Amino acid sequence: MTTDISASKIDGIKKSVYTALWFMFLTFPIMVIKVNTIDNIIIWRWENMFFIGAGSFILSFIWRYMISKNEMKSEDSTGILQTFSEKITSEKKIYIPIIIAAAVFVIAFPFIFSMYNTNIMITALIYVMLGLGLNIVVGISGHLFLGYAAFYAAGAYTYALLNHHFDISFWFALPIGAAIGAVIGILLGFPVLRLKGDYLAIVTLGFGEIVRLILENWNDFSFGPSGIANIPRPPLFNLKLSLSEAIVYLYFIMVVLCIFTVFIIRRLEDSRIGRALVALREDETACQAMGIDKTKIKLTAFALGTTWAGMGGVLFAAKTTFVNPSSFTIWESIMVLCIVVLGGMGSIVGVIIGAMILILLPEYLRAFSEYRMIIFGIVLVLMMIFRPGGIVTSVRKNYKFELESK
Amino acid sequence: MKPSKEKILEVKKLTMDFGGLRAIDSFDLDICDKEIVALIGPNGAGKTTFFNCITGIYKPASGDIVINKNGKKERINGVRPNLITEKGFARTFQNIRLFGNMTVLENVMIGRHCRSKSSVAGAILRNKASIQEEKDIVNFSYNILKKIGLQNSVNELANNLPYGDQRRLEIARALATEPFLLLLDEPAAGMNPNETAELADLIKRIRDEEGISILLIEHDMKLVMKLSELIFVVDYGKKIAQGTPEEIKVNPNVIKAYLGEETNA
Repeated sequence: MTTDISASKIDGIKKSVYTALWFMFLTFPIMVIKVNTIDNIIIWRWENMFFIGAGSFILSFIWRYMISKNEMKSEDSTGILQTFSEKITSEKKIYIPIIIAAAVFVIAFPFIFSMYNTNIMITALIYVMLGLGLNIVVGISGHLFLGYAAFYAAGAYTYALLNHHFDISFWFALPIGAAIGAVIGILLGFPVLRLKGDYLAIVTLGFGEIVRLILENWNDFSFGPSGIANIPRPPLFNLKLSLSEAIVYLYFIMVVLCIFTVFIIRRLEDSRIGRALVALREDETACQAMGIDKTKIKLTAFALGTTWAGMGGVLFAAKTTFVNPSSFTIWESIMVLCIVVLGGMGSIVGVIIGAMILILLPEYLRAFSEYRMIIFGIVLVLMMIFRPGGIVTSVRKNYKFELESK
Repeated sequence: MKPSKEKILEVKKLTMDFGGLRAIDSFDLDICDKEIVALIGPNGAGKTTFFNCITGIYKPASGDIVINKNGKKERINGVRPNLITEKGFARTFQNIRLFGNMTVLENVMIGRHCRSKSSVAGAILRNKASIQEEKDIVNFSYNILKKIGLQNSVNELANNLPYGDQRRLEIARALATEPFLLLLDEPAAGMNPNETAELADLIKRIRDEEGISILLIEHDMKLVMKLSELIFVVDYGKKIAQGTPEEIKVNPNVIKAYLGEETNA
């Protein structure tokens, strides 16, 4: 066994050496040779070759080590994180203090940290809500959906326009925005009932762009690219709130709504409808043969997912007090999709962690903002290789029977 | 066991075309109450197509499919598959189509979907009716698993079951829809003789204890001859023979279809 491991290590070193040599050769013309055209001499920079060799050797070695470790882990079939999360959820002694600590932190957050931080947290919580909503469509019922920003926009413009024309307050606009999200979700659902996978992704992508272009060009309706300004923040009875108070208030609204979202999705997950959604993801034909109305369940999935986008949109409008079409580009849709994929498809905790990572990290790592896209891409590729199920993989509910033990 | 003479399914002149190819050519088939009927034929004869037609996955080009339940006749050509399941047909698939990432129990619980009715609102509000319904679904499903003999892997993912158990789970899932006719598409494919014998017992038990009629597609002749009361033989979409196992064994048309024609050189 030990000889086996050392043999594989030597093999790995050998392969890494080859990789390093190959990279040195490839980068030789650009990294080593430098032609000074004025003096007509060639400068040989051999030290660069050494750096590239050493660097690619180390990277390649780490890469190989990670891959082999990943393979070993999949043979064990239980990841460390998996058992860890199971422990947390199963033992009361552990999870009650964690919940209390988290609750205290969440409540104290806006009073400890600055307004800037609270504002970022509100954005992150909006994305938590969007992620949880898209998770119903993508993670639970398995439909690749790329036009999520369209429903987000629908919600935001619902509040903005209703407020602009009819002076409707935030609390009325919230359910209306959610309902409009759901209705548009169903309307989009009808033509795409037969589509799955890539085809559905393309159609929804197109839908998202159509909505954005309509908002940009239909000046009479949406005021075009200049958008709608002066949208009021959520009112607290008739109190006059200062800016910082209003933000703290919105923060708590967001926390409550996120808890509400989690609560509802938790209940849906293990219900008759939730199971049908998962079955739809697993096998459509078998699903129908088992007596599930495919059309109805698909539309339910769409409606349940887009409701949260509509609600998130209203909150976004209330937070920024200004909406215009450039907030609802394809990039928003992809961002939410990344949250779901990175966090773990079908897992609520995963989506929350994913949203926090993807929204908060770029904010606090502004120094690296130039490299954001590169880091993003690398992280996603690495995720797909080492943890394809996301940070937290979803676990099915366990049922206990007394007869089982006999 | 004498089957009662009441017909529960009548298929008359069923025809199915795929473009220019006639997959099923005016096929007649009757199934009586509490009867085990087998449909056999060489590969590509149209057996699975026939299944897909009567379970609504394909819409037949012409012909009648009539179910007869409690003296009420109903034509079900081109009715959507989920409604046909609701009317009392349940099927398994030739290539296993379980919900792989769901647990064994959940797979069976999906079968209860069409016999329960709690909605999104019921799921969120968790009112008394929906809690009770959920309990009933769990208990019903667990009892089926006990009957089938899978009660020890209730919380296992369907993907992780051994092959024979996956086949049995498909039958369990179909039974959960409370069918009066169970359609089994090659249930013994890939099983060893022991597993096949167990399966034969299981199928017989389902018929005797639950009173469910069974239509069976199978290539394992031992199983077919042992189980079925009536055999239909199909080749190139046409029925070439029909009768009891003893009759089929000696039918020259059947032997020709399976072994080819004897040529006198």
